[in-house]
Amino acid sequence: MIRLELPLHLRMLAQVTGEVRLDVEGEPTQRRVLDALEARFPMLRGTIRDHTTHERRPFLRFFACEQDVSHESPDAPLPASVAQGAEPFLIIGALAGG
Amino acid sequence: MTAIRALVGTRKGAFVLTSDARRQKWDVSGPHFAGWEIYHVKGSPVDPNRLYASQSSSWFGQVIQRSNDGGKTWEPVDNKFVYDGIPGTHLWYDGTPHPWEFKRVWHLEPSLTDVDTVYAGVEDAALFRSTDGGQSWHELSGLRGHGSGKFWQPGAGGMCLHTILLDPSNPQRMFIAISAAGAFRTDDGGTTWQPINRGLKSPYVLPDPDAEVGHCVHRIAMHPSNPNVLFMQKHWDVMRSDNAGDLWQEVSGNLPTDFGFPIEVHAHEAETIYVVPIKSDSEHFPPDGKLRVYRSRTGGNDWEALTNGLPQSDCYVNVLRNAMAIDQLDPCGVYFGTTGGQVYGSANSGDSWAPIVRDLPPVLSVEVQTLA
Repeated sequence: MIRLELPLHLRMLAQVTGEVRLDVEGEPTQRRVLDALEARFPMLRGTIRDHTTHERRPFLRFFACEQDVSHESPDAPLPASVAQGAEPFLIIGALAGG
Repeated sequence: MTAIRALVGTRKGAFVLTSDARRQKWDVSGPHFAGWEIYHVKGSPVDPNRLYASQSSSWFGQVIQRSNDGGKTWEPVDNKFVYDGIPGTHLWYDGTPHPWEFKRVWHLEPSLTDVDTVYAGVEDAALFRSTDGGQSWHELSGLRGHGSGKFWQPGAGGMCLHTILLDPSNPQRMFIAISAAGAFRTDDGGTTWQPINRGLKSPYVLPDPDAEVGHCVHRIAMHPSNPNVLFMQKHWDVMRSDNAGDLWQEVSGNLPTDFGFPIEVHAHEAETIYVVPIKSDSEHFPPDGKLRVYRSRTGGNDWEALTNGLPQSDCYVNVLRNAMAIDQLDPCGVYFGTTGGQVYGSANSGDSWAPIVRDLPPVLSVEVQTLA
């Protein structure tokens, strides 16, 4: 079971509160986690990664275990503590201000 | 009982304003989709409770929302806008080829006859259609494919297809407008298109006075009783065509400036039109700090300033291209929203105005429904 934290606007779009808990087939990777997320919440398709290329949207980052894993391969295994549900996988919107 | 429902898109959410036919007291609902840019919300003429909304964000991209109860509840539908085939290139700001890239939906135009058919005008400029209530989208690629697409170039606001007009007398005919490519018409339901820009003059960007495309059209409008007559607010110049866009003539007349964004037609008078003159393209505010709607009862050239109830000093807001609308009552109501977050309404065809709301986020679009 993977624990996943979404930014506020995507929680509102998916109509969830708090963490999302996902069952992921096989060894958890970014791709498998996002596949599972989008299968359960189809309205999130295209909001985190491109529909066709599956590239991460530029103003989003992926954090795990206090590390920025945004540039890791989408097929690289996630850290063991994320895979075991001890730590959440975080999808973070880039800060904006002015 | 007749009611009016105004659908307002802003930089930070959508708002629904409702009133009875007197149009004096308004209820405000919102923000819906708080924090998201709402470029456009529009209702179906077939079922006014069916609304479509374009919700977008620099972070999360495009979402399309649909309501079946007049905006009380919403459901996200398909947001996958994929160009047909190999999209190719258009011109970038510096004149070099640039690949077509989907950015957002600027305009949603529900069909006049089918509640589940809706058109979407997008940036980078293209036209999409859904025939299943937004559950899937398909490009009408004949628009980009007729030959001039590789010469289209973005305006300062992006290369957006921002206006879609459906001809109520001919279901095969529609008009669209693109900044900064120009206006186009189809006579076969969207399969093939032709540019309709003859008579437009854009010497500041197009040295060729007969350029077929490249004109920065800000908005076009028509009266449903007279669909061969089109009115246009171009970047500079207010124009009209009496032959469905085959030829345009300037009707800026005595306007204090012929720059602006929206243009609308009175509900019951096909030759009464409205514009909001803006000082210039680098000074996006009204001349002299006076917010004035100009009305022509002669289809252009002869314009009168409508000022009663509008701020006549120290006003430096803009009114964007999708942010003006007309209701169908008699006398008809006229409404517009500003980048300062005000939505003004007139219940007497523009003779006098009052703010409906004053402090919304910057207004991107206003549409109005007249409900039986």
